[in-house]
Amino acid sequence: MWEYTDKVKELFLNPKNAGVIEDADGVGEVGSMACGDALKLSLKINDEGVIEDARFQTFGCASAIASASALTELLKGKTVEEAGKITNQEIADYLGGLPKEKMHCSVLGQQALEKALADYRGEPPKQEEEGEVVCECFGVTDRQIEKAVRENNLATVEEVTNYTKAGGGCESCHDSIREIISRVRAEKQPKTRPRMSNIQKIRLIEETLENEIRPALKQDGGDIELVDVIGNRVLLSMRGACAVCKASEQTMKNFVEGKLQELVLPELVVEEVRT
Amino acid sequence: MKTVYLDNNATTRVAPEVVDAMVPYFSELYGNPSSAHRFGGQVAGKLNEARERVAALLGAEPGEILFTSCGTESDNTAVMSALATNPGKRHVVTSRVEHPAIRTLGQHLAERGYEVAEVPVDGEGMLDMDRYAGSLRPDTAVVSLMWANNETGVIFPVEEAARMARDQEILFHTDAVQIAGKVPIRLKDSAIDMLSISGHKLHAPKGIGVLYVRKGTKFSPYLIGGHQERGRRGGTENTASIIGLGKACELAGANMERENTEVRRLRDKLETGLTDRIPNSKVNGGDAKRLPNTTSISFEFVEGESILLMMDEFGICASSGSACTSGSLQPSHVLRAMGIPFTMAHGSIRFSLSVYNTEEEIDFVIDKLPPIIERLRSLSPYWDPSKAA
Repeated sequence: MWEYTDKVKELFLNPKNAGVIEDADGVGEVGSMACGDALKLSLKINDEGVIEDARFQTFGCASAIASASALTELLKGKTVEEAGKITNQEIADYLGGLPKEKMHCSVLGQQALEKALADYRGEPPKQEEEGEVVCECFGVTDRQIEKAVRENNLATVEEVTNYTKAGGGCESCHDSIREIISRVRAEKQPKTRPRMSNIQKIRLIEETLENEIRPALKQDGGDIELVDVIGNRVLLSMRGACAVCKASEQTMKNFVEGKLQELVLPELVVEEVRT
Repeated sequence: MKTVYLDNNATTRVAPEVVDAMVPYFSELYGNPSSAHRFGGQVAGKLNEARERVAALLGAEPGEILFTSCGTESDNTAVMSALATNPGKRHVVTSRVEHPAIRTLGQHLAERGYEVAEVPVDGEGMLDMDRYAGSLRPDTAVVSLMWANNETGVIFPVEEAARMARDQEILFHTDAVQIAGKVPIRLKDSAIDMLSISGHKLHAPKGIGVLYVRKGTKFSPYLIGGHQERGRRGGTENTASIIGLGKACELAGANMERENTEVRRLRDKLETGLTDRIPNSKVNGGDAKRLPNTTSISFEFVEGESILLMMDEFGICASSGSACTSGSLQPSHVLRAMGIPFTMAHGSIRFSLSVYNTEEEIDFVIDKLPPIIERLRSLSPYWDPSKAA
């Protein structure tokens, strides 16, 4: 049985904004019955470009229905420009998180939104931009995989499958997915790093802890605190579940240090201090 | 909230009589049956009694009954023993709809140089007997076919399949986990060499299984250890569970008539009640010979996990062959092997009954499920009420 949050259950059992808008200004349809989930999103947008109403129809599991409902809640009252910036992670966050195998439900919502906004702007479906199909089983393109990897910082084929379904069928595309992951992740590494002042470095470390590291630790009931930065030594203290977790040393070395080296400075070394 | 348990192919309630039979072997009669003293020795006598009861249900000799830890261990032991005792033969025959205990083992063997043939089934889930006959070869070490399917309840003609294998001197194993206790079995009169059952599917506890090995069949143990089970399976006997399983087999024999009258009647009532009230619904394998307690029904245009969660709000327990339920992204391999369209497979629900189910429970489900399907269909972009069949 899936561990759904109360918010997922609430929006599944009593979904908000289910249905279609008859004279919609933008409609986006994604997924298919063969894939196991599908979403039709319709938007009512006023002359000022503000989304007055958003409605959904979903074929899918509880988290697909809840994600679609969450998306419509997020959209109402936003301008088209603001709506265009909504990421799948925001949909998942609105729900208090989704099981990792179900993250593709939030991606489905984001894709439907993109299509509905393109439809509103009167843009034709962009075949070229949609890219080439990598996963034949679920009809997932290289562009969709790239986007998911980039926006969610995915590193493994399994993660890509959880977010996009790509690779979840016959598995023959796993090598192609691996190539896409390394390509996208290579792009993310800036070629030359400008010299950083100490203050800039500390700020960037704090930012990385907040945005990249803490959310992952919090999923397991843990937390982390920055104690000090001495040269390239980053002194950290584990909190919550991490403080008593036997694997925390591994987490510190592999995950925390890896992230800081990747996003701040390759020379950084983390040290755990007990306070 | 009352629980309406219709998921008996997943696991069953331990019968109260079985619990009563087991309790003393946790407390005052905790001895090891292998011990030399009478305190342990008295338990050995009880194990023999349990072995006789299991043998009676299967129409076998007590000496042919081997206790294991579960159905999966029994299945694995059977196939691995057949391969170990036939080292020159590198071909295995099974079907496309087997339980993971055989199917995943087959994939594992295929990665290690064995050739594994999966015989297909037709749209009703019936084994393609011509293809089966064609798959048997001089280098086939073992055939393993499930007797009844866990998802659809469809019954394979394993007795006939076993005779065909014997004619070519091929060992034959069947996974009888779902059928034991529901249909009479007489292994004495069959050509089946090995057969697996699992305690928790017939009102015994989890963690106990049986492998029947026909007398005279060459055997190679899977768990190497002590002399228990006459050297065929090392490990101290799970005494309480073995005794519980003996009791459960005795009860199953006594209840078999009810399974085929009362339970079948309730299953049929549920099936017709739901398919009559819900448009675009269909029984999977409905035209095949099936277990009396199982029905797999597909509801078009909705997804199984959603149905399960909404039923859960009413305390109704069932299973689904949909992709989302399992966490894999494709619907059940059984429904896919049957060629059930994806539109139907994603919305499949399996109900499996037991002798503990009541008429009120079935009426409750017939009352609660149609509005659930209607509600989910009203959310679905594919549902068009005007096109309802």
